[in-house]
Amino acid sequence: MSMHLESLPGPETITRRTLENGITVLVYENHNAQSVVLTGSVEAGSLFDPPDEMGLATFTASALMRGTEKHDFAEIYELLEGNGASLSISGGMHTTGFGGKSLGEDLPMLLDLLSDALRRPIFPERQVERLRGEIITGLKIREQDTRFIAGRAFRELAYPPGHPYRRNGDGQIEIMERIPRDHLGVFWRQHAGPRGMIVVIVGAVQAEDAIRQVAECFADWQNPQQPAAPPLPPVPPLEQVYERAVSMPGKSQSDIVLGVAGPSRFAEDWYAANLANSVMGVFGMFGRIGAEVREKRGLAYYSYSRLDGGLGPGAWRVIAGVNPANVYRAVEAMVGEIRRITTEPVSAEELADVKANFTGRLPLQLETNEGIAGTILMMERYGLGLDYLRRYPDIVNAVTAEDVLAAAQRYLNPDVYALAIAGPELPAGES
Amino acid sequence: MPDTSREVTRHVLDNGLIVLLKEVHTAPVISWWVLYRVGSRNERTGQTGVSHWVEHMLFKGTEQFPAGVLDKAVDREGGVWNAQTSYDYTAYFETMPAGRIDLALRAEADRMQNAVFDPDEVESERTVIISERQGSENSPTFWLFEETRGAAFRVHPYHHQIIGDMVDLQTMTRDDLYGHYRTHYVPNNAIAVAVGDFETAEMLARIEELYSGIPRGPEPPRLIRTEPPQQGERTVRVEREGNASYIFQAYRAPAATDPDWFKLAVADSILAGASAPGGNSIGNKTSRLYKALVETELAASVGGGLYPSIEPYLFNIMVTVRDGRTPEEVQAALDAEIERLYNGDVTQDELDKARKQAKALFAYGTESVTGQAFWLAFSENFSSYSWYENYLEHLEAVTLDDVRDAARRYLRRSQRTVGWFIPVNGQEGESA
Repeated sequence: MSMHLESLPGPETITRRTLENGITVLVYENHNAQSVVLTGSVEAGSLFDPPDEMGLATFTASALMRGTEKHDFAEIYELLEGNGASLSISGGMHTTGFGGKSLGEDLPMLLDLLSDALRRPIFPERQVERLRGEIITGLKIREQDTRFIAGRAFRELAYPPGHPYRRNGDGQIEIMERIPRDHLGVFWRQHAGPRGMIVVIVGAVQAEDAIRQVAECFADWQNPQQPAAPPLPPVPPLEQVYERAVSMPGKSQSDIVLGVAGPSRFAEDWYAANLANSVMGVFGMFGRIGAEVREKRGLAYYSYSRLDGGLGPGAWRVIAGVNPANVYRAVEAMVGEIRRITTEPVSAEELADVKANFTGRLPLQLETNEGIAGTILMMERYGLGLDYLRRYPDIVNAVTAEDVLAAAQRYLNPDVYALAIAGPELPAGES
Repeated sequence: MPDTSREVTRHVLDNGLIVLLKEVHTAPVISWWVLYRVGSRNERTGQTGVSHWVEHMLFKGTEQFPAGVLDKAVDREGGVWNAQTSYDYTAYFETMPAGRIDLALRAEADRMQNAVFDPDEVESERTVIISERQGSENSPTFWLFEETRGAAFRVHPYHHQIIGDMVDLQTMTRDDLYGHYRTHYVPNNAIAVAVGDFETAEMLARIEELYSGIPRGPEPPRLIRTEPPQQGERTVRVEREGNASYIFQAYRAPAATDPDWFKLAVADSILAGASAPGGNSIGNKTSRLYKALVETELAASVGGGLYPSIEPYLFNIMVTVRDGRTPEEVQAALDAEIERLYNGDVTQDELDKARKQAKALFAYGTESVTGQAFWLAFSENFSSYSWYENYLEHLEAVTLDDVRDAARRYLRRSQRTVGWFIPVNGQEGESA
């Protein structure tokens, strides 16, 4: 079997239906597997956090499965785990996402539990307090994580005060300690609703059966007050280098994050930026940065770049973990690669390589139900159309070296970036 | 219906290379693994971490494929490749679009014998490996695992971390690494596996073409240092900067080929949550330890693990102590829960549930060719690929009495090592 464009999930094989209340359901049948995968999102995320209760959205999302009008915590998880199934709900910046997996015949159970959790959560007091303690323990542990601390310091430098991306939905210990339980229910009832909800189902199911089951669980869900997402404030471009080093006792290695706010997934130059990023810090074991920092200079176990994209201006950043004595040698190499990608066009060979990678990896990306479901969710979220995978090679192949250079220049600048370092105290003279 | 009709075929080339092939035609991809029967259990003092470092050096090029060439070639073809070093093995894999698998077959045949180990590359990789270890050291639990495992094994090489001790990473030479490579990377010490969208006869012919010319080597020496019987409970305290306490508790466990292994696997499932080869976790909120430790608000999380190994290894329990609670409180509750199972309190319902969960997880695990190929190679190394193929049958055969018997023999306090991580922010960890 080889993968032809016609065999990729497309308009003939993805069934897409919009319920009257605004929920979009997409189903792809795959009878080669015994499992069914359920994924999707509700348009209620950290963007709605009240200013004095940052983290409320993620706290609420984590609490949705702690008890509903129909089932208590123990019953929910006995149903899931007893059948070898899983279902989880977690808060994000723009949406609250869900994901589950079961044997094909258990899809009705998964959907029933999901609908209960999203529509009839009761936030039992004991459960909320238990969860609160678990979250606080997790937040304290995170304060010891150099990667997390470097990432947080980076966001604080790259995004202006008040911008939601600055804190990424993170809760803070002192806020988590004081959010009253009843605020969770109020928050969820106000913000969650069917409008904009996406449900993707992939696996051993009949499409029409699956859509009927979703409708049975969700068609009568209404929230006339469901608010539109607040607009994101603009992110003014940085004007200079902003640097912060966080000293953490007892650590052996420094984590470095260097970058800027990048394009959203909707940006016209998204593909050009994505190809630029691949040349710079992904392709062939982490691109030019991997070759320079890890392979040539032997400075780090990992060094790569990442372009977040997403619904808003996610970060475009270069990341490395190095010995504290090598921090500024690594930074120099990272900045050197930013200089190169923004001053000279990528070579014809490099461009051909990353294009081949982008188009050639589809068979692996679409091997499993999880892979297919994630791809279909992405297609729906960004309005790419059911024929997206068929058009995809042409979209990628149309990008020129000049487009790549222009995109890199638009977002990156070797003299202007945010730089965060977290780890042991840097040796004297390091700067 | 799922395509489960295909059987594994096993072939042994004249040079001793074992080849396992399984056709799966559900997606146009193929996974190719070559596993060498060498890992950290084969490492002598002074050379801890050598297997892992050699694994890194196999990405640094051969004459045919100089450093970086394959990184790009695999990405260009839309594939993925990687490697892993464990206690009992070092394994390399590529998963590729089906039409592109030849690159993987050629790459592994080449680096089975032709890796260069350029002295400059060895030195450059030394800092990379040290950096990898230092990255792990940033995590409090790395220290806890290292110290607790070191206490659990005094003699057997399972005592050291796969990454190796820092002093050895600083002092090992290019000749140490190259010697390890030449000794263990021979076809008669390797298992090769392909799972995916191919025709068996055609695939076997190509493998013979590429691999049968690689000469058989001397049988690699085996380092046999059997751990002597444990003479009572061992305890470890790790005191370092941190924001949470952890408990890592390890019981002596049987080898994977021991019939007891599956009995203990059921006990693990009941105590700490379901697991099965290749299946992602489904969580453990209905497990006994979750109920006893997390629902009682003593712990923030708990997990367990029984690892299939060539020689007797460990059954581990890991607990994150909840903020505001003490390790003493958690340890007491943990002990009480283990005691319950030790005393035979286990029901048929729990056994049935463990089997049902394993069945679902096992089915999920067969949905990716990469996972299947790994498990065939991995199980062939410590037993036979049929260990994996018959996993559910083995589990089905376990009775309630078997679980009680295994709990009675393996969950003994005298046969465990208990490690505590105690955070000591900004204070001296010592007292008079």
